[in-house]
Amino acid sequence: MKHIRTIINKEWSEVFKNRMVIMTMALLPLLFTALPLLMLDLTTSSVPAIEGNVEASGLPQGFLSACEGMNANECTQIYVMNQFLLMFMMMPLIIPTTIAAYSIVGEKTTRSLEPLLATPITTRELLAGKSLAAVIPGVLITYAAFTVFLIGTFILKISPAVRGYLTSPVWILGILLLGPVLAVIATMFSIFISSKVSDPRVAEQVSSLVILPLMLVLGFVLAGKLIINGWFMLIAILVCALAAVALLYLGTIIFDRENILTKWK
Amino acid sequence: MIKTQGLTKVFKIGKKQETELLAVEDLSLEVDSGEVFGFLGPNGAGKTTTVRMLTGLIRPSSGTAQIAGFELGRQDTQIRRSVGILTESPGMYERLSAEKNLTIFANLYDVPDVPGAVNKYLSMLGLWERRYDAVGSFSKGMRQKLAVARALIHEPQILFLDEPTTGLDPEAAKTVRDFIEELKSEGRTIFMTTHNLAEAERLCDRVAIFKQKLITLDSPANLRQEMFGRRVVFHLREMNPLWADLVAQLPETDGVESVDNKLIVTLQDPESTNPLIIKTLVQAGAEIQFVGEIRHSLEQIYLEMVHSNERGQA
Repeated sequence: MKHIRTIINKEWSEVFKNRMVIMTMALLPLLFTALPLLMLDLTTSSVPAIEGNVEASGLPQGFLSACEGMNANECTQIYVMNQFLLMFMMMPLIIPTTIAAYSIVGEKTTRSLEPLLATPITTRELLAGKSLAAVIPGVLITYAAFTVFLIGTFILKISPAVRGYLTSPVWILGILLLGPVLAVIATMFSIFISSKVSDPRVAEQVSSLVILPLMLVLGFVLAGKLIINGWFMLIAILVCALAAVALLYLGTIIFDRENILTKWK
Repeated sequence: MIKTQGLTKVFKIGKKQETELLAVEDLSLEVDSGEVFGFLGPNGAGKTTTVRMLTGLIRPSSGTAQIAGFELGRQDTQIRRSVGILTESPGMYERLSAEKNLTIFANLYDVPDVPGAVNKYLSMLGLWERRYDAVGSFSKGMRQKLAVARALIHEPQILFLDEPTTGLDPEAAKTVRDFIEELKSEGRTIFMTTHNLAEAERLCDRVAIFKQKLITLDSPANLRQEMFGRRVVFHLREMNPLWADLVAQLPETDGVESVDNKLIVTLQDPESTNPLIIKTLVQAGAEIQFVGEIRHSLEQIYLEMVHSNERGQA
């Protein structure tokens, strides 16, 4: 554990001195927290309430079951918020990607990997240290942003029905479980890409392709073809966890001393 | 301290790993405790690959090695704990301070008193005043000194130095060389690759000349004698061609060459033969101005060895 802690400490000392990483870590949660709050505030205070029952709101039929006991306005709000849940899920994808890209490619450009690999640290400890250094900030920032978001809903006096939905199992499972799993996927994908390129910006840009499946899901939700409910969330967690395990296995292959020294570009 | 037997490394390259590249072939050598061992060879000879194998960074394709009593391939973690390595490029964390850089490595090497070890080496290498500065602001020489400190932070029994003075200005190179001499006087075992043959001659007890495989291995003095014999030059006021024949007839001489007013004589034991040659020449009427020994540099030996090896391969 001491070696893993040392690597995490080293990564944070170094990566958090990078302006690009700091900007990503500061702006992303700010944006993804402020936007849904703004939307909620606008739909609560400025937009006139939608008249009639929820069936008249024009929302996808499959979604209406989630609106039981709500008026059309509240139903519209939770429909919009459902899309922002996916936005929240982007944080544990993008933040670890940025950190991992700068951490691995940074080591390659300064040629500091060889002295590091010459220490008694095992490759698993090194991989664990590097991964956790990227995953932990991504997850913690997501948790913090979600907490700020929930506090914001109290300050903005959002209807209790909508607030109740935002703390429903779908959201809580998404933030607490799917978030960390996505962060692991993003980190391992980024490590894989970083082993193939020698510029941190290229690594970051290529690694950001990891958000594409999430964008696809967002597209389906926007088109009303997909409803994010408890079942969807459980299946998503399961599938992503399997993908994370597969990528972790791939990571241990990539993170072999000889591989790093002789095959990484 | 270091013992290798038939150590070989073949890299598989190409998209389908279809091409084999022989980097090190059948390397067998022994380095004793407290010895400074020079590993010389041209670029691409396989020196860095050898160092990487001996420090447990890459696996040999075949052969065995024992480093500090540990078996390569089976006890690599113990090997890494027992050796220090100065890589070809210092590879420091540029955004971090010198102190932080050393602290990280002291922790990774499980040094018991981390601040004590860090302070000791920062002071010893003259980096104390700059300990809180980011390494990115350091000169090449300072980075190299810090890299040496990093290699020593866990007090290893064996030190591997891969091109320790390459790319340094003369002053920084001298500082590093002086420090290596200091380490030598402390009795550490040092395995050093270098292109700088004068440096190898000054620092190394023995040198190996290597290009994919071991060409030769001995002390610089023995290599010189083995390759060129010992050659003594007799400067004469004027030259008489008969004098060369006279000296050549002496049974103690291995060869005589006459160049302008000089007689160049190859001898096994100049200390005992020189008086006889001087006597012979003086009796024959020669006026000897002075006598000196021609010392072939390690560079000449190296070039001769590498080129004759290439000719042999052709």
